[in-house]
Amino acid sequence: MPLLEVNKLSISFVQYVKGSVQQRITVVDELDFAINEGEIVAVVGASGSGKSLLAHAIMGILPKNVETTGSILYGGELLDEKLLRRHRGREIALVPQSISFLDPLMRVGKQLHTRADGEVQDKERDSLFERFQLGKHVARLFPFQLSGGMARKVLVSTAALGRTRLIIADEPTPGMHPDDVAEALGRFKQLAEGGCAVLFITHDIEAALRIADKVAVFYAGEAIELAAADDFKGQGERLRHPYTKALWRALPQNGFEPITGTQPARSSDVQGCLFAARCSSYAEDCKTKRPESREVRGGMVRCLHAT
Amino acid sequence: MINGIMVFAGKKLIRLAALLASVSIITFALVAMSPIDPVQSYIGADVMRVGAEQRQEIAAYWGLDRPFPERFIKWTSALLQGDMGTSMIYREPVTHVIAERFMHSALLMAFAWLLSGVIGFIAGVAAAMRKDSWLDRLIKSYCYTLASTPSFWIGLLLMMIFAVWLGWLPVGMGVPAGVLAENVTWADRLRHMVMPVLTLSVVGIAPIALHTRQKLIDVMDSDFILFAKARGERGLGLLLRHGLRNIALPAITLQFASFGELFGGAVLAEQVFSYPGLGQATVEAGLRGDVPLLMGLVLCSTLFVFTGNALADYFYRMVDPRLRYRKEERA
Ligand code: SF4
Repeated sequence: MPLLEVNKLSISFVQYVKGSVQQRITVVDELDFAINEGEIVAVVGASGSGKSLLAHAIMGILPKNVETTGSILYGGELLDEKLLRRHRGREIALVPQSISFLDPLMRVGKQLHTRADGEVQDKERDSLFERFQLGKHVARLFPFQLSGGMARKVLVSTAALGRTRLIIADEPTPGMHPDDVAEALGRFKQLAEGGCAVLFITHDIEAALRIADKVAVFYAGEAIELAAADDFKGQGERLRHPYTKALWRALPQNGFEPITGTQPARSSDVQGCLFAARCSSYAEDCKTKRPESREVRGGMVRCLHAT
Repeated sequence: MINGIMVFAGKKLIRLAALLASVSIITFALVAMSPIDPVQSYIGADVMRVGAEQRQEIAAYWGLDRPFPERFIKWTSALLQGDMGTSMIYREPVTHVIAERFMHSALLMAFAWLLSGVIGFIAGVAAAMRKDSWLDRLIKSYCYTLASTPSFWIGLLLMMIFAVWLGWLPVGMGVPAGVLAENVTWADRLRHMVMPVLTLSVVGIAPIALHTRQKLIDVMDSDFILFAKARGERGLGLLLRHGLRNIALPAITLQFASFGELFGGAVLAEQVFSYPGLGQATVEAGLRGDVPLLMGLVLCSTLFVFTGNALADYFYRMVDPRLRYRKEERA
């Protein structure tokens, strides 16, 4: 049984465009995935594609105006507010995106220690600080005094503790020194080896591939492919979706072929495939028929013509 | 840190001196243009028995026959030697009048300030925590109503209810009428203070409550509250640990910055309740052309309001770590 199971999760909110005209924006559409204990699943997508909301939805901390449908199971149980109250900040930990997630008026050390923490956790964090080469004085600093890289390390150290069973890391690496990225990723990997499940949300496909077992690729709010990390090889022959292939080939070491065009904004009136305008395998029916997710070669893909 | 305070205080003192100087000049100029004849108001009801010659003498005695620029210079040089002159209405040194009046007013304003600050803050927090509930709507409508209500009107209303209809509290004055000064008890004084204090604080609650409400709503929407929630904090603990920490400072700052309104409110409230404080004395001095007293009062109230603003500024700068510490040298 997977530790975390996300079934047909949709996240949307109503936005006011021009005065009183309402528009429902769907940022995550019918997402399915599961993470087993000891497994690292990366969710890769361009910045601003609603990946943070996915993290917040699992933690149950979405703003009130954001609606979700579908279900999230944790250890086979529905992950509702009651269960979340038991596990938030203990078994389930979030690594947030930026320094603005730290209280600006509280010293780092005091802030890291929560009600749920005992001596064990404090000790663990101390040794994490050491490994990240954060001096002892860092605990006495206020968040605004941290550099970008230091802040990331502090944020990672809130979650990377022994009691954690599920880590949801939301863009934890940008701005970090490459050595520290390696350190942080190594720490995640180590936790995963100890049985922890990691959901690694990022726009950096390279960082994702360094540690992930599976990669879910997001495009305009939809998971268009779920592939094993091993599928990212060579010219991307084993990848299923044209967008994933394009992403892979856009990497410097794989040819540096840029992807033209931009992601469409999501609203309810889309017909056909969302990637149609940029797709190299585009065929006539792509414009009218919406691709459903289906299994191809042991992975999931949302493309009419994937084989 | 100590250095910072010295620089801060130095700058403030220079500003204060400039402010006091310009306020004195403006006030003097305004008095010069005022249609009130100080001799006339000095004589008061005895107007029939005072002849033109006597008027001349009175004017000469108070120096009222000299041109204004000369009087201003004389007043300034006396002031610089610590002499604020003698009040024409009270026939007492201005410093005495102000000192005595200030005691009354300071007490009144301190109570009102604390009361409105504490109640306003709590009301703001309650409204924000229960945003859009009936409680929030009640507190908001109270604030909006009061924000547009003149304080003297509240004063009259309170007087009608508590003094006239219910008879629980004295109608006005600072002490009971017809009781010797040495027989006046603290209880008497406090009873006389209740209504002016209420009047002042009822109005003072609105800004602090509305401000606190909005600020707390913003803070509770912020990323760091989200993260605190993700780490298992919630409810009252969350409010105490992260919410209040972030709204207390702006609230205190606002409360100090409101010294001006407080003083303005006190002038009206004291007038309504004939309460013998600085406010009432200011009105008297203005209406009767008592220039030395008026000048003294203007300087005093300027100093008072300035102190409030300087304290607000000080808290803002020195207590917020983002302004207190420099960004760390990078490790
Ligand atoms: S459905 Fe058509 S347009 Fe969409 S990705 Fe597949 S081939 Fe391209």
